[in-house]
Amino acid sequence: MKQALFTVKENFSLTQTVYKMTLCGDCSDITAPGQFVNIKIDGLFLRRPISVCDREGDTLTIIYKVVGKGTDIMSKMISGTVLDVLTGLGNGYDLSLCGESPLLLGGGVGVPPMYLLAKELRNMGKNVSVILGFNTKSEVFYENEFKALGCNVTVTTADGTYGTKGFVTDAMPETYTYFCCCGPEPMLKAVYKATNTSGQFSFEERMGCGFGACMGCSCKTITGYKRICKEGPVMKKEEILWED
Amino acid sequence: MGRLSVNLCGIELDNPIIPASGTFGFGYEFAELYDINCLGTFSFKGTTKEARFGNPTPRIAECTAGMINAVGLQNPGVEKVIKEELPKLNKCFNKPVMANVSGFSVEDYAYTCEKIDKEEQVGWLEVNVSCPNVHGGGMSFGTDPKAAAEVTKAVKKVTKKPVIIKLSPNVTDIVEIAKACEAEGADGISLINTMLGMRIDLNKRIPVIKNKMGGFSGSAIFPVAVRMVYQVSHAVNIPVVGMGGVTTAEDVIEMMMAGATAVEIGAANLVNPYACRDIINELPAVLDKYRIDNIKDIIGVVE
Repeated sequence: MKQALFTVKENFSLTQTVYKMTLCGDCSDITAPGQFVNIKIDGLFLRRPISVCDREGDTLTIIYKVVGKGTDIMSKMISGTVLDVLTGLGNGYDLSLCGESPLLLGGGVGVPPMYLLAKELRNMGKNVSVILGFNTKSEVFYENEFKALGCNVTVTTADGTYGTKGFVTDAMPETYTYFCCCGPEPMLKAVYKATNTSGQFSFEERMGCGFGACMGCSCKTITGYKRICKEGPVMKKEEILWED
Repeated sequence: MGRLSVNLCGIELDNPIIPASGTFGFGYEFAELYDINCLGTFSFKGTTKEARFGNPTPRIAECTAGMINAVGLQNPGVEKVIKEELPKLNKCFNKPVMANVSGFSVEDYAYTCEKIDKEEQVGWLEVNVSCPNVHGGGMSFGTDPKAAAEVTKAVKKVTKKPVIIKLSPNVTDIVEIAKACEAEGADGISLINTMLGMRIDLNKRIPVIKNKMGGFSGSAIFPVAVRMVYQVSHAVNIPVVGMGGVTTAEDVIEMMMAGATAVEIGAANLVNPYACRDIINELPAVLDKYRIDNIKDIIGVVE
């Protein structure tokens, strides 16, 4: 983890509610896809945890959905705004387990962390399949960006207005060596049931600090209690203990 | 002794800054960020007799100038704290540490405190009496002077180190409770623990926190904390550790003028992991600004 000042370079909407922000700053602590950053926003008490979509040199890309006060303020930030950011938070995906033909599944704002993961797997020469799930055509983003990486991309929409009709689990390929997944909890549960290999899931929870100090985001796993912000947010399929 | 040093129950602190329990783990996460030996001391994660997972999530809700938490004393239990956490703490912190203890019966408190008291690195015990008393209809020990006194008495009997009782602000008369603890031999009082609060999700029409209610902390509660530290420190003859919403070096000075011998910092650590280090670095300049030679001189100067 590192605390650093980042300068907003670009901030624009990809869909009606989803924004892409690029920032310039010290990204050296971001060591794995699936990690997140925690952004201080003037006037709000808690930082806002946002997953890393991409990092290249000093450029950090995040994609976020406007869901509340914090993300609303973020959506209005202009180029040149300086932000206090904690970087390199969480464990991230373990790429060494992915095999030759990994399957990546992203749902909604679970899509962004899949981008850096896909990019690094492609750099390792892997044959990467990606399924991106959205509710409807107007919410689709980043299909072409994944294609440009050389991934096999399938888009699903719940209402069938674009791509395959249904959920990500309705578009599963027959064979893949491993999977990585990020999205809303119902999607994670469906993917857990629909997959026939081992894999990794990224979880979300309301956080206090985002760096392991407050125990605000703990969960139970087969291998004991874990903090989503510290030992997570990525968990292996074998260690997940679904509650309720 | 430097101009920042204070004496807390017979132990000299290089400065009065103490990260509060539950916001600083067992220190080693923060030791990755900075040398935590710059601190006066710190109060480690609230420890109970048995291991606890705590409350279901969500456990956190944001508020204006603060937050609510309902973590529910997640900790690995006293045996594991001694065997696994304290050795890790020892590697990154070479000063006496404050052991924060919670319990759900008088026997629980005595059991855990007796064990922790024997640990060499423990300088003080900070006994959190804000927990519900399972034998007392679930009412918090800290809301009843008799129950708080009973815990104090039981803990004092089985320990040799200074015992600081950490009080809940969710009471009508905090002075009465502080006095009851002092009468049973408490060596110090720390206050305030979090204030009971609640937030509601307007879309879902349910509380934000799964546990419905939780402890409100952060800069919003600072004036309440100053008031209670002032009241208690002027009514007892034992040192008071002030806490509640302290965020800046000037807040530290204000807390000490109100009557605190040392100052704990909680929620601020969760927003800025360097908060305590930054405050310590800023203190000398702030002392100069208010023409204070030695920080000890201002403890309780407000009549």
